[in-house]
Amino acid sequence: MSKSSPWAWFWIGLGVLYFFVPLFATLEFSLKAQKGFYSLTAYQVALTDPGFVRTFTFSLTMAAATVLVGFLLIVPTAYWVQLRLPRLRPIVELLTLLPFVVPGIVLAFGLIKLYGHPPFSFTESELSTNGLLISGYVVLALPYMYRAVDTGLRAIDVRTLTEAAQSLGASWPTILFRIIFPNLRVALLSGTFLTFAIVIGEFTLATFLNRPAFGPYMNLVGDKTYIPEALAIITFALTWASMGLIQFFSRGTPGQGPLAGTR
Amino acid sequence: MAQLATVEKFTAPVTPPATRQFSLAWLGVVPFFAFAIAFMLFPAGSLLVGSFQNAEGAFTLENIAGLFDESIRNSYWLSIQISLVTAVGGGIFGFLLAYAVTLGGLPKFIRSGLMTFSGVASNFAGVPLAFAFIATLGRVGLVTALLKQLFGFNIYDHGFNLYNFWGLSVTYMYFQFPLMVLIITPALDGLRREWREASEILGANSWQYWRYIALPILLPSLLGTMILLFGNAFGAFATAFALTGGQLQLITLKIGAQIRGDVLHNPGLGYALALGMVVIMAISLIGYSWLQRKSEKWLR
Repeated sequence: MSKSSPWAWFWIGLGVLYFFVPLFATLEFSLKAQKGFYSLTAYQVALTDPGFVRTFTFSLTMAAATVLVGFLLIVPTAYWVQLRLPRLRPIVELLTLLPFVVPGIVLAFGLIKLYGHPPFSFTESELSTNGLLISGYVVLALPYMYRAVDTGLRAIDVRTLTEAAQSLGASWPTILFRIIFPNLRVALLSGTFLTFAIVIGEFTLATFLNRPAFGPYMNLVGDKTYIPEALAIITFALTWASMGLIQFFSRGTPGQGPLAGTR
Repeated sequence: MAQLATVEKFTAPVTPPATRQFSLAWLGVVPFFAFAIAFMLFPAGSLLVGSFQNAEGAFTLENIAGLFDESIRNSYWLSIQISLVTAVGGGIFGFLLAYAVTLGGLPKFIRSGLMTFSGVASNFAGVPLAFAFIATLGRVGLVTALLKQLFGFNIYDHGFNLYNFWGLSVTYMYFQFPLMVLIITPALDGLRREWREASEILGANSWQYWRYIALPILLPSLLGTMILLFGNAFGAFATAFALTGGQLQLITLKIGAQIRGDVLHNPGLGYALALGMVVIMAISLIGYSWLQRKSEKWLR
């Protein structure tokens, strides 16, 4: 390789500044809750607030439900398309790309218009509104989950595994849950952490469906001082942890990079 | 024909008798399609239908015509401008960073560090991102205060404001250029060493290599990824809402206000606003996939 060019160092230096200055500013600000010296007071206050605990637990539950529903929907479909219905692949892929065309705010609008009034009043009860929120999150995560699963399925020999299992007398549920799912570990873990990163601070859908989630809570405490900054740092750390875990689990598996987001 | 028949016989063990298999095979994808219809196609379709209905539910084109009213046109235009600025700015900066780590001869750890950080930053958006930039470039933000202290320069006296167009652009850039880095780095890896060597043997200098070989090969991926960035910023709601509190007349913020309380006093027009967004996103995605196919000719 040629020796490094000064321009390369210049651009990287600029990139490092862009990445770290806002982080540093936020961190520094969040530590100034006590006058005169740095302390973790803001974090202590933020983390022990009952509102934080309640909304964070709620968002965690929603994330878990999204992962569960998403994979139960996507894995059998992707598996079946690969094995039996390759003709459907273009249609399924097109559908999984649809969330890119429909921004979160438009999805929220559509869901509320369709399911917020009779004849389908899903927003009447808490349980069904949560169901609606989970469905919305599955839609948001769909492109990333599907891509992860599809790459995972291409890497294993689905047909041979299925034939081997069938000749040993396995039923379809056994094949799916004891052979296909375990073989997709890496894809499922990447998809899980990516979904977690998307859902945990999600604001748009949760706000308009009026759910007590972590994203709207953060916006609510936005007019306090020191607490929002502490929450921003906590969220950043969580995002970093999710991405780090994805990289850790998908070492040596191409195409499982961390790519997602709700703006 | 005969050959095809043998192939089918060999794969037969997986497939039960043909008549039963047909109906059963389709059943396997029913849950997915039912979900897609219920939570993607129907909601989108209901917005589509609503865009062409007046308050009494009769067919009308008035809502679509209403999209060209001045205030709404301005909202679309503001959203498009901010998306263009951050897509082009983030695209160029992301490309330079990707170039630095792939072809700039930097140590290996810088590349993996950049990739990790890009993965995190491209996912760090919404409310917490707004908080981070308020702490940085807000009226009492760290950088604002530092500039004032060190150089006596108050950026707020010189036209900068975190809560308007340029402030929002600077904030959006935080998730825009990392996304560019993530997508364009593999494309830069695809530039073969042989192409450079061949051009050098033929007497080309560095500028000629980039102008006539590398850039034309990379151009479809560059433009395609910028389109992706455009859509990324165009649909953004949470960051803008948390930062500006709905002050800025972005189209997403306008739709948000409409969902909350029919600020346009015309539900049909609200649905048309959403429809207009979907149309713009669809056009950009079609452009993206077209460019994607062009770039696959050389790269990979």
